[in-house]
Parts: sequence; structure tokens; C-alpha cells
Amino acid sequence: MEWLTLTIDGREVSVPKGSTVLDACRMNNIPIPTLCHAPELTSAGACRLCVVQIEGMRNLPPSCVTQAAQGMKVETQNPKVRSARKTILELLVANHPLDCMTCQKMGDCSLAEYAYEYGVTGEVYHGAKRDLPIDNGNPFILRDPNKCILCGKCIRACSEIQGKSILDFSFRGFDTQVGPAFNLPYNESDCDFCGSCVSVCPVGALVEKKMVGKGRPWEVSKVQTTCPFCGVGCNFDLNVKDGKVIGVTSNPDAPVNGKALCVKGRFGMDMIYSENRVTTPLIRKDGVLVPAEWDEALDLIASKLGEIKNTYGPNSIGALSSAHCTNEENYLMQKFMRAVIGTNNVDHCART
Amino acid sequence: MAENQRILVCAGTGCASSGALPIIDILIDEIKRQGLEETVSVVGTGCQGFCEKGPTLVIEPQQILYTRVKGEDVAEIIEQELVKGERVERLLLVDQETQKPVSSMADINFFAKQHRIVLHNCGVIDPKKIEDYTAREGYKAIEKALKEMSPEDALEEVKKSGLRGRGGAGFPTGLKWGFCRATPSDKKYIICNADEGDPGAFMDRSVLEGDPHSVIEGMLIGAYAIGADEGYIYCRAEYPLAIKHLGIAIKQAEEAGYLGDNILGSGFNFHLKVFEGAGAFVCGEETALMASIEGKRGMPRVRPPFPAVSGLWGKPTNVNNVETWSNVPHILRKGAEWYTQFGTEKSKGTKIFALTGKVNNTGLVEVPMGTTLREIIFDIGDGIQGGKKFKAVQIGGPSGGCLPEDMLDLAVDYDTLTQAGAMVGSGGLVIMDETTCMVDIARYFLNFTKKESCGKCTPCREGTTRMYEILDRITKGEGKEEDLDTLENLALTIKETSLCALGQSAPNPILATLKYFRHEYEAHIRDHKCPAHNCSALLSYTIDAEKCKMCSLCAKNCPVNCITGDKKTNTPYVIDEDKCIKCGTCMDKCKFGAVTRA
Repeated sequence: MEWLTLTIDGREVSVPKGSTVLDACRMNNIPIPTLCHAPELTSAGACRLCVVQIEGMRNLPPSCVTQAAQGMKVETQNPKVRSARKTILELLVANHPLDCMTCQKMGDCSLAEYAYEYGVTGEVYHGAKRDLPIDNGNPFILRDPNKCILCGKCIRACSEIQGKSILDFSFRGFDTQVGPAFNLPYNESDCDFCGSCVSVCPVGALVEKKMVGKGRPWEVSKVQTTCPFCGVGCNFDLNVKDGKVIGVTSNPDAPVNGKALCVKGRFGMDMIYSENRVTTPLIRKDGVLVPAEWDEALDLIASKLGEIKNTYGPNSIGALSSAHCTNEENYLMQKFMRAVIGTNNVDHCART
Repeated sequence: MAENQRILVCAGTGCASSGALPIIDILIDEIKRQGLEETVSVVGTGCQGFCEKGPTLVIEPQQILYTRVKGEDVAEIIEQELVKGERVERLLLVDQETQKPVSSMADINFFAKQHRIVLHNCGVIDPKKIEDYTAREGYKAIEKALKEMSPEDALEEVKKSGLRGRGGAGFPTGLKWGFCRATPSDKKYIICNADEGDPGAFMDRSVLEGDPHSVIEGMLIGAYAIGADEGYIYCRAEYPLAIKHLGIAIKQAEEAGYLGDNILGSGFNFHLKVFEGAGAFVCGEETALMASIEGKRGMPRVRPPFPAVSGLWGKPTNVNNVETWSNVPHILRKGAEWYTQFGTEKSKGTKIFALTGKVNNTGLVEVPMGTTLREIIFDIGDGIQGGKKFKAVQIGGPSGGCLPEDMLDLAVDYDTLTQAGAMVGSGGLVIMDETTCMVDIARYFLNFTKKESCGKCTPCREGTTRMYEILDRITKGEGKEEDLDTLENLALTIKETSLCALGQSAPNPILATLKYFRHEYEAHIRDHKCPAHNCSALLSYTIDAEKCKMCSLCAKNCPVNCITGDKKTNTPYVIDEDKCIKCGTCMDKCKFGAVTRA
């Protein structure tokens, strides 16, 4: 691998060729604020918060889309750079609701974090503010377009990760919005509710609806686990407060899936506390399902299967297993059917 | 009577909208009626440039210019000019200095002081006829290139000519072509940027309407030099006549073997299409333009990669604007050396300017680079309307800046103007007189850029709106002392951090007016006065009781009934300032000069 050496804030650093200036900074623990950048998405260079000063370059180039070059001299914190970033933050905050006290994103909001760091109060510019209707028509995602900072990450996540391209910009200039085609609410669009858009939103414009009011980021402990819904093995974080799961958030380090999840994994965890959950085996007696002990249930199944096999032969029995089961469980199921029952009648709900 | 005369009627969009098209039909009928059809022909041409005086027509070969011609004048023109050989004096241009009519174009400063290279055919030929173009050396340049020159030779000639992009930034054209040529690829594109969008600029439209083949020929040469075999002309849909003429020209060029496969038997192929833009100003930015052709939302993307490396559909692409392409055939035909005799050391050739605003002669003018603003405004433009005082010239459209009187002797070229805080841009020249408020002008241009911002990057999307809001407040007398610092800081940040040239240049009208007309801003903020008496919120009207004859005309015409008085009781009229909407009607109506404005 070819390496480049550049100077950042007076410090010489070496990075692999092909790195951006932002990569170079992050590899060396030099903080750069970003709002529209996500490593798993293409870079738009849109928010302009990551600007730096580079010797010999005109204006203040955005580090996320500027390639690092041999001998480059970069300044990331000089007064000019910081002043430009502060102005950009002031502009964003001037068109952003300041209801942080009740905002679900508080404590995890990039805009608030940078506003704090740069001492931005929202007092510099007074003028028009967006006043758009909140999209509350679906059970999973709460979309407040007034909080949107138009970084475009949700758009790129939808098209580049999920491949759905439900979202895009509409209108232009100050009136720009993000949403599904014709600005329909999510539930009237072709959205699958995978929630990839929520997972990349840096502010409170897209939040998990069921978590609203349930807990603050600092009150929640995150427990990494594997999704039980299918055999893919996606990982995510169960958000636990007071011993209770209040929701699911992406774990960027998940080895199989990264931040991507499907609607079941991200929004289907309410089944944990469902009153309709089956917690013991049920045996139908006189037309009514009656709770039973495991031994009784297993004995009944064994005797019935034996009876059918003896009377009608092994091929009269088939088994259908679930994607909900692990790979090992599915393996055991087919082994049982082939070795014990003696049939190849095996199928699976996720077979396509 | 001269033999074989031609009557050239301007049928460009400007003259067509002031009624030129019926005149052509009336002329043809009248010529037939008088039995002159053997010796007199009528040609509907592209823009002749003198839009202010339209509809215009020119009698050839004498080059007599008739202005503001109406249908009912036609019979008289034919009778006098073509039968008797005499002028119709009332339709001639009046020289502002001598107040005498001038007939010959050679004696009219507006034309005499121009040097027309790109506009060589505009207003002279019928743009719908390829034979009119070929009769004036048209397609000779591509013939020369294909038969006598290698692609490298053609590229070298353009490089040597010093031609720079006429779209505004002034990047050397040959250099740009060279980058695209050097990128290896199985497919390359060239694009003509005809998304002219600056308020007041219409040179590209006029070239496309009046001489479409010159653009096609320029693109052919570019494609040959670069190694492209497909091209697009991205033309805004608001230019229906340009699109129509381009369509006709492309078809004719295909039929004549100048477009298509194996052009002139050389083995060189080039196919050309017109793509109609939907009217977003930002699509004049080359990466947004290409996104638009690809069917995406017209938003700029970060460069690099530059289009020469990865452009349309990811292939190497070269984009130049209409006027740039149109220069190319002349350079190849007459040679780079000929071309370099025009212009300044670093800006060669000519530039077309759209002269508008408070100037006597508005229209389209082509002058060598390096001509001074004073020559353009006072010689060609014939000075300021109504004998008022010149205040400023806005050059370069919404991306440009306003220059004051003491900069009138600046030579107009790319580098001088940029240094002065303006830019050549597309070549819009808006002339302002003493009644123009410079804060209001900045506000006007910011209103334009804020509406045309694509919304992608934060500084341009949010910042242009905030700058507009501050300017709007100042013009309403609600400005605060700290506004100027806020404005300046914001303008500089937007300039330095925006993604594309739209945002990077949007603050220019503010920075330039702050630099040269700061006192006007201060007058609005500190004294609540608009020195140009333009901002209505800062005006106050009063009636001088001594001069008031109590005729009641002011009160009768006041739209909000805020003026009272009574002749019977000898009570002079008084304006109720709380109700007054500062429309100025009372002042216009008063015959005794009793109403004053402050």
C-alpha cells in the first residue's frame, strides 16, 4: 500500500493513498465536525461543516471530499476555519426548532453537540423558519421535517443501503425538503420501514416513534444482540432502561449488517412484552387449547408422529421450519426428519 | 434604385415580441404589389442587437437602419426607399448629440464601435437556411480541420488563440479540451451549455436563434479535437425559438453530411441532440447540467472528479458555453494569430455584452476584450437616459458586482474585472443612474440567488435567505448598526464555503456595493434615508403650504385618501404621514412643485 505524508495542524501524519483529508484526521484522532458524512455512504460534501484550510487551495475545502495529497498542509482549527463553521452552525440553528428539552434526540444530536462546542446560540439570524406538517401517520417512524438539516444522509441510506430510493429532495433553496415522492407521508409511499433513514439522521428529524418519551440516551444501556427474527444474524443494540427493552437502535459495528436492519428487527421488538405470547405448550382438548407441561406435549407429539408413520409411512409426514430459528435449530430439524422419521419432506418459510 | 436589394428584418425574440413578424408578411405582400419581387428580397434574421429600437430592419446593400417600424410604415418605406431611393426620416435613429437623424449603420456609434466576430452572421442571414450560413464561409472551418488538420493540430490552434470560456469563469478553452482529450475512454461527450439564466443576459439566445450553425460547427471542431462522437446542446425550454432553430439547423447539417457518421468522408462521426432544460438557474453549473441530462435532480456535485475525467454518464465530457463554441469556427478558419490581435494580453478576442438598464441604447453589443466600460456605456450605449447622472454598472449578473463611476475606465477583461470585485460572467451590463438605490439592487440580486439556490449546501441554501432578509430590513429602515458586520461576515463565509459557483459568487453584489457604496447602507441604517429616493419605506412626502394653491389635485389622486385641505377655508393641503403609502402620486400630479420628497 502506498502511503502519503501530510501535515495537519503542524503534526506530520501518514495515511494510505486514497484517503480523504477527513479520513486522515479521524485516523489520527483529530476532531472534525461532520453532519452529512457517514463512512458507509457516498460523500455529498453538502453540509460544509468539515471545511478546513489547505495551503495553496482557494476557499475552505470540505475535508470529507478532498483527497489527501503528499506534502499537503492542513489546518483544522484556525480562527478562520472555526469562524466559518460557527457561521454555518448559526445558519442551521436559525432554521431549527429549539425545543431540545422535549426532543427525543437530545443527548445524541450532532447539531446540538457542535452548537455547544462552537458556542452557537441561534441569536444571530432572525427570519423565516420552516413550518411543515409532521408526518405521524405510521407506527414506526416519526418524521419532523422542521428539524431536518437537509444533510441528505437518509436519502443516500435509502438508495445506497436499502436500494429503495423512496426519499429525495424536493423544492429548492430555502424551501428544500426531504421526503417520499410528491411529499406523501411515509405510510402512503413504497417505504418498507427498514428505518435505515432513522439510523443515519444526525438530528431529531427522524426518530423511532415507539421510543419517544421512553428514555434519554444517557439513561439507556445498550445491549448488543443478534436479531431473533431470521437466520441472517443481524446484530443490533437493545436499548434497555430500568431492565426493560424500550427499543432497538443500529450498532454501526455489527459485523453482518452494519447499520442496516429490516422492519422486523428494528421495530418488531414489542413482541417481548406482548400479552399474546405463548409461554407454555398448548394441547387442544375437546376443541379448546389448554396449557400443558413440556413432557406431556412432547410425549403426545412423539406418539402421534409414530402412529402416523406406522399407519401411512414416513412420506406422509412433512416438516416446515421457521426463519425465526437459528441455523443450528434448522439443521436439527432436517436431521430429525431424515434420520428419525425417514423422509425428505423438509421445507422452510424463507425458501424462495 | 439599386439592383438586388435585401430587407433584413430582425426576427429575434426581442423584435418578434414588439411586432416584427407581421411586418415580414406585410413587406412581402407590399413588394409583390409594387412588382419588386424580382429585385428585392425579404429576410427574417436573428437578433440585430438594437433591441431598444425594435422592431428594426436594415436595407442592404446600403445598410440603412430603420427603427421602431410598424406594419403601417411598410408601404412608405418601400415607396421611398426602394422606388425613390429616399429615406423615411421619421423612422431613422436620432443621434442624441446632434439631434439629427442618421441613416447609415456606419454612422451609428452603436454599430460602428462594435467588432462582430461571434455576431458576424446574426441579423444578416436567415438562420433557418444552411445555404445562408455556407455562403458566408460556414462549415469551411470543419472542412479545413477534417481535411488538413489532425485533432492535435485543431486543439493546438484553439490553445494558441487564447480563447477563454465565455460562460463566465474564463477558463482557457484549449486547456480544457486538452484535459478531456487526454483521458482515455471508449466514449466521450461534448456539451454546449445553453442554459443562459442571468437576468438581462440574452447573447447566447441570440446566437442560437440567429446563427445556430456556428455553434454546431464549433462543437464539430471540438468533438474532432477531443475525440468525442456525441454531443448535447442543453438549452433552456424558455428559449422556444432557439430550440426551433437548432432543430432545423441540426436536421439540415445532417442532410448536408456535416453531422452523422463518416462526416465529409473523413471517418469522423458526430451526433448531436438538443436537451431542453426545465429552467433551474443552477443547471448552468456544469455538474448540475449533466445531472439534469441524466434525468436526476439538477444539483451540482463536488469536483473533482472534473467532467473531463468523469462527466456525463461517468464518461469524459467537455462543456463549453454557446459563445465559446461559436468563436471556434472563426479561429480555425482565420487562424489563431488573426484571433489574438483582438483583446488584451490575457483575454483574447471579443465579448458580447447585453446592455440594459438606464442607458439610451439597450441591446446586444460585441466588443474586443479590453474595451473600457466608458466606451461601452457612453459611446455604444449613448449615455444615460433622460440626461441623468451615471451611478454604477452591474456587471456579470447575479454573480457579479456593481462598479462606480471612477472605475468606468477599467478595461473589460476577465482578470481586471475580477480584481475590481465584479466579473465578466455571462456579460450582462446593467446600467444604473442616480435614482437607483444600491442596497435595493443588492437586495434584488439576492432575491434572485436565494430563489435559485438548489438547496444542497448549507451556506448557500440558508445564507442567501439570511442575507436577503438583512438587506430587506435595511431597505425598510429597520436596519441595525451591527447588520453590516453580520452581512460582511456571512457574505465571506458563503463565498468561501459554498459548494458551487452559484453560492461562491452569490455574495458578490453585496460585497461590491458594500465596498463602493457603503455610505448608502449607512444612510439607510443611521439616518433612515435612502439617498436615491428609491426605498419607499424611507421616504416622506410633505406639501409646502406656501406653494400649495389648494387645487386639490393631490387629494383627488391619492389612492389612500391621506391628503386633506380646503380652498374655501384657505387651508393648504397636508399629508397624513401615518396613512401615506409613499406612492409619489401627489408629487407627480402637483403642477406647482409644492410636494417635496425627502
